[in-house]
Amino acid sequence: MNMTTLRHHTLPVLTIVIAILAIWYIAAYALNAPFQRDLDRRGNVTSTPMEFLAKTMAQPKPILPAPHQVAQNLFENTVLRKVTSNRSLVYHAGVTLSSTALGFIMGTALGIAIAIGIVHVRTLDRSLMPWIIASQTVPVLAIAPMVIVVLGAVNITGLLPKALISTYLSFFPVAVGMVKGLRSPDRIHLDLMRTYHASALQTLFKLRLPAAIPFLFASMKVAVAASLVGAIVAELPTGAVAGIGSKLLAGAYYSQTIDIWAALIAGSILAALLVAIVGLAAKLVDRAMGARTSTRTSGRPA
Amino acid sequence: MSKKISTAAAKTYSVVSAQNLGLTFDTNDGPVHALSNVDLDIAKGDFVSFIGPSGCGKTTFLRVIADLEQPTSGTISVNGMTPEEARKARSYGYVFQAAALYPWRTIEKNIALPLEIMGYSTAERQERISRVLDLVNLTGFGKKYPWQLSGGMQQRASIARALAFDADLLLMDEPFGALDEIVRDHLNEQLLDLWSRTQKTICFVTHSIPEAVYLSTKIVVMSPRPGRVTDVIHSTLPKERPLEIRETPEFLEIAHRVREGLRAGHSYEE
Repeated sequence: MNMTTLRHHTLPVLTIVIAILAIWYIAAYALNAPFQRDLDRRGNVTSTPMEFLAKTMAQPKPILPAPHQVAQNLFENTVLRKVTSNRSLVYHAGVTLSSTALGFIMGTALGIAIAIGIVHVRTLDRSLMPWIIASQTVPVLAIAPMVIVVLGAVNITGLLPKALISTYLSFFPVAVGMVKGLRSPDRIHLDLMRTYHASALQTLFKLRLPAAIPFLFASMKVAVAASLVGAIVAELPTGAVAGIGSKLLAGAYYSQTIDIWAALIAGSILAALLVAIVGLAAKLVDRAMGARTSTRTSGRPA
Repeated sequence: MSKKISTAAAKTYSVVSAQNLGLTFDTNDGPVHALSNVDLDIAKGDFVSFIGPSGCGKTTFLRVIADLEQPTSGTISVNGMTPEEARKARSYGYVFQAAALYPWRTIEKNIALPLEIMGYSTAERQERISRVLDLVNLTGFGKKYPWQLSGGMQQRASIARALAFDADLLLMDEPFGALDEIVRDHLNEQLLDLWSRTQKTICFVTHSIPEAVYLSTKIVVMSPRPGRVTDVIHSTLPKERPLEIRETPEFLEIAHRVREGLRAGHSYEE
């Protein structure tokens, strides 16, 4: 790692992380202290301020677990357990990931299809967009249980209903982004296609879709995070036996706050990974499509 | 017998023929007469320049030929067909003000674009790409992306793209307008060379009097509000034109006539 990366990337990120951890520790002490004080008074325990501080950070069911408690739980439930064990967060993340991925793929495909329809068919342009926007104003928490129950009634269970919730959340950013992307070519580029007497299909594949690629990846970053939220929410109402959502629910039932926080962190890490993967794919595709290299040393002849 | 007919037909054959052509745009500020009563014949092999101030309809006229705008009155034929039929028959290549290259395609892929759309075979595409790259002196730049080329080279690539398929008519809308004087001189020279080698008919829109006089066999002077043709000048310059021809009295005389025509059609006191 060279000095510039250190100064421009590592240092700012590190500063924020340290600030967050500091605030977290202070909040953990402040929130857990009243209960600890209560406990000590009943048990007639007197402790030095340092001992007291340590105890607020070591409760089994704290109101706000300290960062190291969450980290320890996360470590125990990922590294120390078999991946197949149903106490392993890796296993639960994998379950959530599978429905996230399926939902994301279906959502992206649906979003692109809707966008192509809207750009090419005037009636769809007028009629579809209000419905699409309306669909997103319905809280997903309200619609998820109904989708699961209705599909369960017709014997569709397991992965698909969860993936459909992800699809429901992820198609929207893709559709909106792709409509903009498919309409992004300059007048002059479209005129050029017209002078060639190109068909609508040729214009779509040779001009509109390539021009929309940057828009697609920007929307896919939003969509993949939304898919994960969808998958987790879909696991909540069904009493799902596995997945990050079921871990959150189980933690809530038994007041296992440390478990809840560990599951939350696991979900965030998963989201960050997914967004990073989409970002990497965007960069690779961008390079394959002849984007300028960032160094800009490669020649521009006079 | 049949030969005689075809010769006779060739003689009267105009590539572009407009009679009483008019085009009115309806805007929020009322109708704008972009073209009014335009009569013009362009013969096969002509190099015709359209010159005039902004808003005189020269670009609009080119776009009407290309079926990118619809005239509101009068008639026009391109290769003996309506502009729409001519466009569908891929009768012309169009070079825009900007190079309009697709940034995600290399130069050779950009040139391949019309060939792909028109269904040329891979082998023929390759053959044509290398031929037109040579024609515009860009051999060796086929694998570069547009951003790796200078503005002049990009514009040459866009000319190559318009030459790649078999259209006898080349429509050029201020193709060198954004380039500096030296590059423009150079490209003008190359364009003349290309014209004499390919025998195409060229319609060329420009702002520049020297450019128009240097390039053309026929100069159409236009004036705005409403856009109309005020003068058509047939150049007496020889076909062989070194850059130095621009210093000759003959050249200056034609340039003078163009300037007079522009002045007559357009009063700046308005």
